[in-house]
Amino acid sequence: MQKLGKQTIKFDNPPVITEVASIVGPKEANGPLAKYFDQCLEDEFWGEKTWEKSESKIIKETVNMAINKSGIPSNDIEYCFAGDLLNQCISSSFGLRELNVPFIGIFGACSTFVEGLSLGAIFIESCAKHVLCAASSHFCSAEKQFRFPLELGNQRPQTSQWTVTGSGAAVLSQNGDGPFITHITFGKIVDMGIKDANNMGAAMAPAALDTLICHFKDTGRSPSYYDAIITGDLGYIGKEILTELALDKGYNIKSNYNDCGVMIFDKEKQDTHSGGSGCGCCATVFSGYFFKQLNEKKIKRILLIATGALMNSTSSQQGESIPSIAHAISIEM
Amino acid sequence: MKPLDSKKDYQDYVDKKSPNSPILKNCFNAFWVGGLICTIGQVIMNIAKSRGLSQDICGTIVSIILIAISAFLTGLNIFNKIGKFAGAGSLIPITGFANSIVSPSMEYKSEGYVMGVGGKMFTVAGPVLVFGISTSIIVGLIYLIFNTQNITLV
Repeated sequence: MQKLGKQTIKFDNPPVITEVASIVGPKEANGPLAKYFDQCLEDEFWGEKTWEKSESKIIKETVNMAINKSGIPSNDIEYCFAGDLLNQCISSSFGLRELNVPFIGIFGACSTFVEGLSLGAIFIESCAKHVLCAASSHFCSAEKQFRFPLELGNQRPQTSQWTVTGSGAAVLSQNGDGPFITHITFGKIVDMGIKDANNMGAAMAPAALDTLICHFKDTGRSPSYYDAIITGDLGYIGKEILTELALDKGYNIKSNYNDCGVMIFDKEKQDTHSGGSGCGCCATVFSGYFFKQLNEKKIKRILLIATGALMNSTSSQQGESIPSIAHAISIEM
Repeated sequence: MKPLDSKKDYQDYVDKKSPNSPILKNCFNAFWVGGLICTIGQVIMNIAKSRGLSQDICGTIVSIILIAISAFLTGLNIFNKIGKFAGAGSLIPITGFANSIVSPSMEYKSEGYVMGVGGKMFTVAGPVLVFGISTSIIVGLIYLIFNTQNITLV
């Protein structure tokens, strides 16, 4: 493991993403990526009485599925990194309380999945053989906590995004021939003064830009090195902003750039306005779609940049702007 | 000028990039749905009047029936769809008020009847009540103090 430039770590023995799993809710199941997910739920409750319990069950079952698919005995999983959006990260800690694996709860808002993969990869390189990373979000529990009751008859602004119901989990190992995590770039907190909690993509795009440029500078790579550059949940507006800003800084990412929030829903048919968001957005799209593309060697090198808006409902009511973050990992076959 | 030069430049840039809500379509839908709800209210009022009830009681009956319908539709997961379509058209009449009380009650039922339903019932409607009642008191005081000619309202 060595440090490159200011913010990037390069692995000497790149950790392997051995197996992944993804479970999504009914709206995602009607989206364009439905066939790639391991399981699609028929309703948001999944037999539970509250949204919060349902989200816990989703992350629990996703983690169990990832472990089962990997064939690694759960006793051999040495650490678990997980997080979500609910206050004090209750979905992951409640959902994984019976897992019986040392648990490191993390919060990076919607960047949590990549934050977990990055930390897990460092653990693999330094001391552990198998590590688990997971993240989840749930549309209904997020609406309840951050916005309004579900049944309230209000209109969503065009810039708003739709929190993905779902969870993605990945098992990282020291050895194997799956996709390798070769570099990670931890991002800085960037705040360009956007206060509108209904325009997260615009708030987070400068953070994604900062990490993107930093990654290219630290590694000496250019955008064309990657088959795909993927952001977590910038949505349509954030995607357009990032593309333009990157071009302005001399990095043309037009041809190979996409966003998980743009990919997971059909904007016209599903009425999701600016696209998907939430920890589950990047976690399920990577675990569902990109992992399979990498394994089938349809794409060989991706740069996954998960973005997070580090705010809560109190800070927005107090008129604070939205500090944002983005972490990037380079995954190669 | 580059978008990332200052926070203000970035805000201006973002404003240009962000699509606005379809105001004309929203206004049109709000207009006809709002009008329809008021017409339904008027029909109820006329029926009540034709049964020989007084103006005051007819008004109360209209409110009760519209609130009941709106609360019922909220419970059936229908009112939020009407609200999304009609916006202020369904929000401003008493139907919106009923919806704003029933929806948090449903959402927070999982936290129990006392602190959940009871405590959170007015999270959306609370500000409307506080400022509505405060305004009425101020108007009432002005009326009391300055109404030296004994003019009666209504």
